[in-house]
Amino acid sequence: MADTMQFDLVSPERRLASVQAREVRIPGAAGDLTAMPGHAPLITTLRPGVLRIIKADGGTDDYAVTGGFAEVSAEGTTLLAEEALHVSEVTADVVKRFVTRAEEGLKAAKEAGHPDLVDDAAKLLADMVAIGDHIGIS
Amino acid sequence: MPSLKDLKNRIGSVKSTRKITKAMQMVAAAKLRRAQDAAEAARPYAERMNAVMSGLATSVGGSDSAPRLLAGTGKDQTHLLVVMTAERGLCGGFNSTIVRQARTKATELLSMGKTVKILTVGKKGREQLKRDFAKYFIAHVDLSEVKRVGYDNAQAIARDLIKRFDAGEFDVATLFFNRFQSVISQIPTAQQVIPAVFEETDGASTLYEYEPSEEGILADLLPRGVATQVFTALLENGASEQGARMSAMDNATRNAGDMIDRLTIQYNRSRQAAITKELIEIISGAEAL
Repeated sequence: MADTMQFDLVSPERRLASVQAREVRIPGAAGDLTAMPGHAPLITTLRPGVLRIIKADGGTDDYAVTGGFAEVSAEGTTLLAEEALHVSEVTADVVKRFVTRAEEGLKAAKEAGHPDLVDDAAKLLADMVAIGDHIGIS
Repeated sequence: MPSLKDLKNRIGSVKSTRKITKAMQMVAAAKLRRAQDAAEAARPYAERMNAVMSGLATSVGGSDSAPRLLAGTGKDQTHLLVVMTAERGLCGGFNSTIVRQARTKATELLSMGKTVKILTVGKKGREQLKRDFAKYFIAHVDLSEVKRVGYDNAQAIARDLIKRFDAGEFDVATLFFNRFQSVISQIPTAQQVIPAVFEETDGASTLYEYEPSEEGILADLLPRGVATQVFTALLENGASEQGARMSAMDNATRNAGDMIDRLTIQYNRSRQAAITKELIEIISGAEAL
């Protein structure tokens, strides 16, 4: 079995990464998962979180993603992110922007008064804050 | 016969017009390259999105639980036409071709007894449709302040569309825009976005496992699909606009050049005629003495 697979990270505006990877840790909506070569075909939605790519040479690359979905197959993994930033580009300001946006969403959801929406928005906010914690700024 | 002074002035003014059109052509060419790059960069996302969604749609589509964005409302009484044009003119037939197509479609729908609603993106389309269809306008998206169309803009439009759809304001939504073919050819396109239709992808699709569930993912993806389609349309339109402007300005520059040549010949002839006339006057004056 091949020990690397093709990994593509694309956002609506551009292709962010296209590398050979040994494994990719994906923040899935139903829990984190690691995709490795030969993984069973899977499509999952993402929660906001940090994506870690372990490249063929063993180096790692981290990206913060705010949502989207991932398509995993035996040959490769494609991650379609709503918005993705390399960790080096994630500054306190960016995290603050994400958190503010999530807070606004939560407020709007509370006003709309639908319990499911409030839960979703609260979870989004928690995830956004967690990104900041993970990277070590907040 | 215009005087020499008049001719000289006209040549001067046509020359400065040529300078302007030439400059606009260059600007359009530079912008076109950027717009094409943006459209190119957005393509992988749109393609994957379409592939995944069409796979999902075929497996979920038949069931009764299919989301409304995919299955539609079950009626096709009210049509929403999303007419996407440029914010600025001077780009040849770019805006007119989109408007013409939208107008044909609207007239056709009206004659079939359907209700038509129009949402305009870009000022030019609104101006051109106002005369005949002003009473069908429901909203307008102004992008004149936007320097570079981003996914955010598309998302905002898509959200608005979905909100209106959920509120039952329309049954079918169609986007009108120009698909970029080349600098000299842009194809006016009508694309239905709600309920969603997918281009068929060939080849046997892999059997995927879905997490959380097929329906869950589809419900999550469909609004994104709408945003992606709107985004693609905006980018195609952007590239087409610059392409159309470039060729229109190229024509204008060439026409101005021809005009200058013609005026210059006329100017030289008049000048020679004037000189000859003066000579004759002098000679006949001298002979008379």
